[in-house]
Amino acid sequence: MAVMNIIQAINNALRLEMRRDKRVVIMGEDVGKFGGVFRATSGLADEFGAARVVDTPLSEGGIIGTAIGMALYGMRPVPEIQFADFIFPGFDQIVNEAAKSRYRSGAQFPVPMVIRTPYGGGIRGGHYHSQSPEAYFIHTPGLKVVVPSNPYEAKGLLLSAIRDEDPVIFLEPKRVYRASKGEVPEGEYTIPLGKADITQAGTDITVIAWGSMLHTVLKAEKEVRKENISLEIVNLRTLSPWDFETVIESVKKTGRALVVQEAPKTCGFGGEIVATIMEKAFFNLQAPVLRVTGWDTPFPYTLENDYLPNPARILDACKRIME
Amino acid sequence: MSHYKIHTVMKDNATVRPGECTRLDEPNLSVEDLKLLYRTMVLNRNLDGKMLNLQRQGRLGFYLTSTGEEATHIGSAFAMAKNDWVFPCYREPGAALIRGFALQDYVNQCYGNADDLAKGRQMPCHYGHKETHLVTISSPVGTQIPHAVGAAWGAKIKGDDTVVIGYFGDGATSQGDFHVGINFAGVYKAPVILFCRNNGYAISTPFATQTASESIVIKAQAYGVEGVLVDGNDILAVIAVTRRAHERARSGKGATLIEALTYRVGAHSTSDDPTVYRQDEELNEWKEKDPIERLKNYMKEKNIWNVDYEHRLQEETKAEVNLAVERAEKIGPPPVESLFDDVFADLNPILREQKQEMLRFVGSHKEE
Repeated sequence: MAVMNIIQAINNALRLEMRRDKRVVIMGEDVGKFGGVFRATSGLADEFGAARVVDTPLSEGGIIGTAIGMALYGMRPVPEIQFADFIFPGFDQIVNEAAKSRYRSGAQFPVPMVIRTPYGGGIRGGHYHSQSPEAYFIHTPGLKVVVPSNPYEAKGLLLSAIRDEDPVIFLEPKRVYRASKGEVPEGEYTIPLGKADITQAGTDITVIAWGSMLHTVLKAEKEVRKENISLEIVNLRTLSPWDFETVIESVKKTGRALVVQEAPKTCGFGGEIVATIMEKAFFNLQAPVLRVTGWDTPFPYTLENDYLPNPARILDACKRIME
Repeated sequence: MSHYKIHTVMKDNATVRPGECTRLDEPNLSVEDLKLLYRTMVLNRNLDGKMLNLQRQGRLGFYLTSTGEEATHIGSAFAMAKNDWVFPCYREPGAALIRGFALQDYVNQCYGNADDLAKGRQMPCHYGHKETHLVTISSPVGTQIPHAVGAAWGAKIKGDDTVVIGYFGDGATSQGDFHVGINFAGVYKAPVILFCRNNGYAISTPFATQTASESIVIKAQAYGVEGVLVDGNDILAVIAVTRRAHERARSGKGATLIEALTYRVGAHSTSDDPTVYRQDEELNEWKEKDPIERLKNYMKEKNIWNVDYEHRLQEETKAEVNLAVERAEKIGPPPVESLFDDVFADLNPILREQKQEMLRFVGSHKEE
């Protein structure tokens, strides 16, 4: 075991997988010698060479489009999009091409690739370095969407994602890239996609979160506990396909639920979670299911702390649920 | 006119004006090769005719013909090796057929029946075939260009001697994906041939509205790749320039953009009516440059073609098409259970639940 932060865990996972599987190719803006703007690919070009850790032209559409071609040919590309906010020039390639190729070809041409990209706010990044675009991708059949929250998950989920036979959008919580540290096994291990983790067992309210919001929920929990409210915290880890079974089982036990999501509220993934709880656990509910989310505004710069869900808002929601 | 001269082989000068062309040597082709090329072109033409009729009779939902453009895709695909990869758009059926994609598979795809390799999941003319490295077509225009470049780049990283050809029309060169793809091809010297069928129209939009450039091929220069302009109705010239681009790619010199000048004699699709936006004069002018007639005349001169051969070939190819259609029409739709297959490699619990629900309603629908 070694203590790593998320960046180190990702770097470690990429290094191990590139050693194990010659088909793995990393491509993106500044990922080579420079090691990426967040240093996630640091040192990989030295070990694997410029042909497998490729600095690309500044073209997200090109990175994703050519990565799809590589995957079709039988490689395992792991393109990096510098910020999730910049993924949209490749949106058509992701939702119309990568996502549908297996289906439209009758399984003749799958696209196994992992698009890694840092997402989320809290780093004073304004509109274009802070967004949480997961819902666009979850809404697209054929894509898997994975969001780790800590170094252990980052490594285990990334190894699973690269070994997966389908395209994966791997959203990395950049706000806690370095702040989140923990024990990580140095060897290979995988965490299965599609399985949630119960971070903390509890009895009163099921709180569902993922990525950096999990840390906000854990902070809030210390305050909530003082009110004698016990939270069961479910960390989804994979948003598509999501582990509704674990969530429903928990809600049936607690009878109450809260979703905490950083993205804007309307049509966010939290809405899907709430609707599923209504469909499958309505008669177990003792209170309305609430959401604490980002507002339906573009992500702000100066006022980002008033935009992001925080412990105070989570505490307030928990109290309202318990009333 | 740009400094890109039109490459030709045939001496009939049907498409080009004197002084604008660079004459190439005849490509090395056996009598069998010529017959295969001619046969595939005739088959392609008769297939178009039959499918168009079926659509008009309401037996087929939709169709896209490639009438008048057969030399572009059949010639270029013929010049590719077996281990090469092809990223087509939806107007190159001959490229698929000459590489060994079975006519029956092609027609089954158009019918979306149970034997369709893609399980009835796409509109007609969106086929694909893993065995011949013919990657399944999608409708959005130009998206296959970066794929072709990426596959070629992947082959290069892997150390394979594969060359990739990506097809598209003149309209696709206005898409970001064209510029993105050709730029990456240039930067990484990808072993790829970007083959543009400039047929003059993108549905109703003429070439002059697509670009202020004097040609498509001139764009190659900006991206640092080789550019070649060719008479797209001269199949021998198409083969010659594609072979040259292939050699260039294999020897590590990188990508070539080929612009093949041709004309979309038919409509864009069965939903289109070109009489609204095109003049008969223009159409008739191009019909005189018909690529099949030109190869026929060439073969006639070499005593490879005669009336009996033509008659037999017409009968044979029409019968083949008729038989494939007859068979395809007898095959039912794919099983309803297959609706949820291949979204992912495995059926996940969410899809499993939805599948159960759908099946419940399929049952009740049948009872009505």
